[in-house]
Amino acid sequence: MPGFDLIIVGAGIVGCACALEAARAGLRVVIVERGVVGGGTTAAGMGHVVVMDDSPAQLALTAYSRSLWLTMAPELPAGVEYESRGTLWIAADDEEMAEVFSKQTTYAQAGIASQVLDPRELAEAEPYLRSGLAGALLVPDDGVLYPPVAAEYFLSEARRLGVVFLSDHEVVRCGKGRVQFANGTSIEAERILLASGASIDLLPSLPIQKRKGHLLITDRYPGVVSHQLVELGYLKSAHKLTADSVAFNIQPRLTGQLLIGSSRQYGDESREINHAILRSMLERAIEYMPCLKGLSGIRVWTGHRAATADKLPLIGPTADPTLFLAMGFEGLGITNAPGAAVLAIDALLGRASVIDATPYLPSRIRQEAVHA
Amino acid sequence: MKPADVLVIGAGPAGLAAATAASRNGCRVAVLDDNPAAGGQIWRADITRPHQEDAARAAAIAAFHTSGAALLPGRRIVDVPSPSTLLAEAGGHFETYRWDRLILTTGARERFLPFPGWTLPGVFGAGGLQALVKGGYPVAGKRIVVAGTGPLLLAVAAHLREYGASIVTVAEQASTLQMLPFAASLLRSPGKLLQGAGYRRTLGATPYQTGCWPISGQGDEKLRSVTLTNGRRTWTVECDLLACGFHLVPNTELAQLLGCTLQGSFVQVDSQQQTPVAGIYCAGEPTGIAGVDAAQVEGEIAGLAAADCDPLPTRLLARRAKEAAFSRRLTHAFRLRPEVLKLASQETIVCRCEDVTFGQLQTRSNWTDAKLHTRCGMGPCQGRICGAATEALFGWQPTSVRAPLFPIPVAAFCDESSSLNAPSAR
Repeated sequence: MPGFDLIIVGAGIVGCACALEAARAGLRVVIVERGVVGGGTTAAGMGHVVVMDDSPAQLALTAYSRSLWLTMAPELPAGVEYESRGTLWIAADDEEMAEVFSKQTTYAQAGIASQVLDPRELAEAEPYLRSGLAGALLVPDDGVLYPPVAAEYFLSEARRLGVVFLSDHEVVRCGKGRVQFANGTSIEAERILLASGASIDLLPSLPIQKRKGHLLITDRYPGVVSHQLVELGYLKSAHKLTADSVAFNIQPRLTGQLLIGSSRQYGDESREINHAILRSMLERAIEYMPCLKGLSGIRVWTGHRAATADKLPLIGPTADPTLFLAMGFEGLGITNAPGAAVLAIDALLGRASVIDATPYLPSRIRQEAVHA
Repeated sequence: MKPADVLVIGAGPAGLAAATAASRNGCRVAVLDDNPAAGGQIWRADITRPHQEDAARAAAIAAFHTSGAALLPGRRIVDVPSPSTLLAEAGGHFETYRWDRLILTTGARERFLPFPGWTLPGVFGAGGLQALVKGGYPVAGKRIVVAGTGPLLLAVAAHLREYGASIVTVAEQASTLQMLPFAASLLRSPGKLLQGAGYRRTLGATPYQTGCWPISGQGDEKLRSVTLTNGRRTWTVECDLLACGFHLVPNTELAQLLGCTLQGSFVQVDSQQQTPVAGIYCAGEPTGIAGVDAAQVEGEIAGLAAADCDPLPTRLLARRAKEAAFSRRLTHAFRLRPEVLKLASQETIVCRCEDVTFGQLQTRSNWTDAKLHTRCGMGPCQGRICGAATEALFGWQPTSVRAPLFPIPVAAFCDESSSLNAPSAR
């Protein structure tokens, strides 16, 4: 199969967004996927488009990516189920309320609209939350979407521009301008972009750790939850790099179904449900929203986030001049897919990017990884 | 935590036989079933005729009770919290069961195939309507078309007629030629023949049309008529109800959740009825659609094996081999003709939980792809109905089974009793 400028490995939401961006830049692209479009890490998560302010670089990439989602939103097919629900960062006590105000300041400096809700306003916005909460920060332009269909939308747009898609092609080796498949065949191109989500078998030395999560989806209860609800304690839990943790995080779907999360565990690469973690995750959710107790849960599943030590993705070149990365998004792959795609293709073509790309360069932690 | 040496899931013919055998051989045995009484689907008790008792059912239940095994009805297995425990729902509360040996006798369900009009009110599963009637649903004076495939159709038609329904026709998609080896096998098994003859007597002049199948149901608010074809001619009959089922598919979800592997659609078992997962046995329809006699003999073997009886009686092994041959003839006789896999139009709903149409599914490449991109099989029934249909229509093998097996209140995962003040699902 001659004549490709770029081989993208992985047709998750990041790989598909990169394929579209590369096609728009005029590259001849083939994207390969071992399973189905958006069937890996993309399918496991919630689909929250959210601006996060863990670090200035994270804020820059999520804000940029969200702005791209907002631009795209009117054209997205109905199946993507994009809804501008807004995020409510919920403060349980005064300490967390102080965080609400500092978060608002940070967002304001970055030009991200947000609004502080007092307990009464919070109760009006989400009447099923327990009473006694301290308040919340509403980030109205955050969104929710259904990730596998979003990935497929990027791919179908890319294919309209001539991108070739190979499904059911498992890659066993990649690098030096060559991608080799499990069936013995291989393809070559000047550039390879690895976007394989939490699957790092192809480059086991990548400084990525799998962080397991559990999710439960309920039957249809339209109107019970209106915003994506996240406890501010989530930030404490998400920041912990070692211990297992759970946090209240709930997403209303267009169907009226609720996705209930979240849990974070290191060192468990199995797909099995950990019932102890599931239990504490759901107890946490019930603590914030007692009515969840009686809602019908129809399915529980697990997935793995691809986490880096500094919580930032790996976007850009590697020591192998043919090999580029768009990996390590942890829980922000859906949010960051459009922005990461622009940065990755900019890096590939040596173009300057709209935002500073250096914080995401893989070279920033390669040394540490080697010595680790 | 409720201990049992041997835990049997399902109190149908296989489960009762397994429990009886294990209990007689010294095991402490408990049988869980989601119905209020023992008997499973085939021996479902008839609340309108409590004194009319099936002899085989009565004998199996009597033997079961004499054996000392315990029946715990009204319990539905919803999850596998750890490798040796099961979570059961019992009337809104939750119980955990621990086991040393587990015997899965989870039976089968009807297969539905989509055709225009199959989702209209008035269209029932054949076995489903029979179960409703046994529960008191009145059919007297109703004009009913019974259609699809499998030996169940005749049984259902006979039963509905006993309750005063007027059977318009029984439309069996299999051709007479295809069914001949099955009819011959009935001659070799007088017991099965008597049962069949009994049906024919009850049915009297009811037309039983082979090589005939439904292609659509018509009606606005509810079903008014059914269009049938024999491939050469197409005609429409007026009716009030359509009882329709395309033979049976095994209930293997619990086995899969426990890590048992499937061979094709069925749970893989060895000569002891043991699955590849140590200590877990399986018997009856989940190991192959073969009917009540096979279920009983396989159940007995599983019960004896779980009680460490060695060697197993050769007469049982011989009977199982005979029933396996019957099963092959049954499968052959009622295999689906290609035409019944092409009845759906683009707009025909295939997944009723998520309103996914045949047209939406046609472009997908496999079950996972269909689930992710159309939500087919992602609703409360977890693909139990559409999964069997898409397997027949597209050859898609359903992939992973996820907990819970049936929707349960979120609190059930936390061992709390569920709240009654929760908003209700729409």
